[in-house]
Amino acid sequence: MSIQTTPVQTATDRRRVQFEGSLGDRIMRALCIGGSLIVGLALIDVVYQIVSGARPAISKLGLGFLVHTAWAPNLKHFGALPMLYGTGVVSAMALIIAVPVSLAIAIYLSMFAPKVVRAVVGPLVELLAAIPSVIVGFFGIIVLAPLIQKIEPGLHSALGFTGIFGSGQTTGLSIFTAGLLVTVMVIPIIASLSRDLFLSVPRELKDGAEALGATQWEVIRGVVFPTTFSGVSAAVMLGLGRALGEAIAVASVIGGGETISKSLFQPGNTLAARITIEIQYIENNLQRSALFYLAVILLAMSLTVNLLARAVARRYDVHRAVV
Amino acid sequence: MSDLSAFNPPPFDPTAPLTPSGNLRRRQFVSRMVVGGATTAAAAAVAVLGVVTYTVIHHGAGALSVGFLIHDPPQYGGPGGGIASAIVGSAIIVGLGAIIAVPLGVLCALYLVEFAGPRSRPGQVLQLAIDMMQGLPTIVVGLFILGLVVLPEHADSGFAASLTLALIMLPLIARTTQEVLRTVPQGLRDASDALGVDRWRAVLTVILPSAASGILTGTILAIARAAGETAPVLVVDGTFANKTTIDMFGHAVPNLPVLVWELIEQPTSSGLQRAWGAALVLLTLILIANIGARVLLARNRKRMGM
Repeated sequence: MSIQTTPVQTATDRRRVQFEGSLGDRIMRALCIGGSLIVGLALIDVVYQIVSGARPAISKLGLGFLVHTAWAPNLKHFGALPMLYGTGVVSAMALIIAVPVSLAIAIYLSMFAPKVVRAVVGPLVELLAAIPSVIVGFFGIIVLAPLIQKIEPGLHSALGFTGIFGSGQTTGLSIFTAGLLVTVMVIPIIASLSRDLFLSVPRELKDGAEALGATQWEVIRGVVFPTTFSGVSAAVMLGLGRALGEAIAVASVIGGGETISKSLFQPGNTLAARITIEIQYIENNLQRSALFYLAVILLAMSLTVNLLARAVARRYDVHRAVV
Repeated sequence: MSDLSAFNPPPFDPTAPLTPSGNLRRRQFVSRMVVGGATTAAAAAVAVLGVVTYTVIHHGAGALSVGFLIHDPPQYGGPGGGIASAIVGSAIIVGLGAIIAVPLGVLCALYLVEFAGPRSRPGQVLQLAIDMMQGLPTIVVGLFILGLVVLPEHADSGFAASLTLALIMLPLIARTTQEVLRTVPQGLRDASDALGVDRWRAVLTVILPSAASGILTGTILAIARAAGETAPVLVVDGTFANKTTIDMFGHAVPNLPVLVWELIEQPTSSGLQRAWGAALVLLTLILIANIGARVLLARNRKRMGM
């Protein structure tokens, strides 16, 4: 007697076997593929438009654009270095503050918060991401900047020797203020993604560690962080992507400086902020093209960061819509 | 057999205090500090939300009145007037953007979940495209539309703003729809297959209806996000405009975020007052949409037993 075994069919196999021929199915499939093609082509066209807009500037200014510091549209002098520096410093400052704070929030929400608190505080943290950046910027000008102005002398006298906290500006509009605003905008992204990752850690692992006598911190350090490390790194990358591209809130408070200064209390500029403000007051075509050149740099940075996030995340699907 | 004789417990002392000492005490102290720090961080995040909301309400409430909501601003600038044109403008710009983005986003999600398997190559490429689109800085999207629509036409337009917002909403809608479609029970698909229903009819009559409220939630959240976008709209639809209009083509259409931005730049106190008023209206609409969508989501999850 022989027993015939049939191979187990997966859901996708089954789907492929059935209903290939029906006209309605083919129409629906074609519609879906059409929609998808539009999306793909749109993304390619974004890259194409930005690069072709920048082409005159790229051919005229070349790679020297990246290292020059002067920006004088009427003299046709353009250099991106102050903006690159400002973008880097603002994003770095935002991440340095936001990462520990966001992880702490995520830990609280996933492990310590009572159920009722979790159900209320979790959405509230996400609501922080919903505040329009123009309102965040407005808040920055009216409330945060005067506050920063008051604490600047204190920070300068206490930590001035590092050079990072130079003598204060009179306005409170500085790279420091911009960094703080971006921090606030990045925290909800990293916090809510990390919370979901922490919640996905298998209960048995945590219980096992606790049964061995680990304290709550040791469970976090020994079990939760290592199992979610790749996902959390990806979440941080996505936060970085947001920080790099933030335009209007930064433009409100960064003060539009042209110099590269070690002090955080000096005004500066970022790629996105400069594009946003200056594209409205174009003096000549080369200036517009130079702004597109800045956008090319920004686009390259954000695509890289997002691709890295995907590569790092591996088994996690962190590109969830944080809205 | 293990050698138990090597294990020498300290003699039992019934009078010893029941508090940890030495290393355990340090470990527990560290742990308590972490719990305290985590709680403080969460409280601080909520406090920031509270302070920003309070500031907007505190400064903006004084500007609010019925007249503020139903009158246009003075046509050639100056004090007084309301924000009606910006409210109407924002509604049609975001509405048209959603009309463009929702079908495309849902079609992409349908393709990914219902037609392409998890290992299909085109599916993976589309997923990559959606993720990259979600990661685009919004100002870059603004410049894209500027180069594609505004510069060739030589005119800012509300339609360009709609296209920009559509591109910003699209990946968000596609992503949430994808997640909702994945939670539709496989049994529903199997049941329709077993009854010999064509896939397209199953999608239209079974799968989409059971995912409808989830898709609606995602759409509301995407609309709330788009309604507050300022930088890209400023770039493609930024020139001075303040008349109520529903004509989207060939001229700038006023809208709330850009109005707030322009009013902030006015140095007069009446300008600032109106800026806070407009900011309050914008923030209220966005927060209501967000909270509404989340309530809808929570009710939906409960119904699905998740």
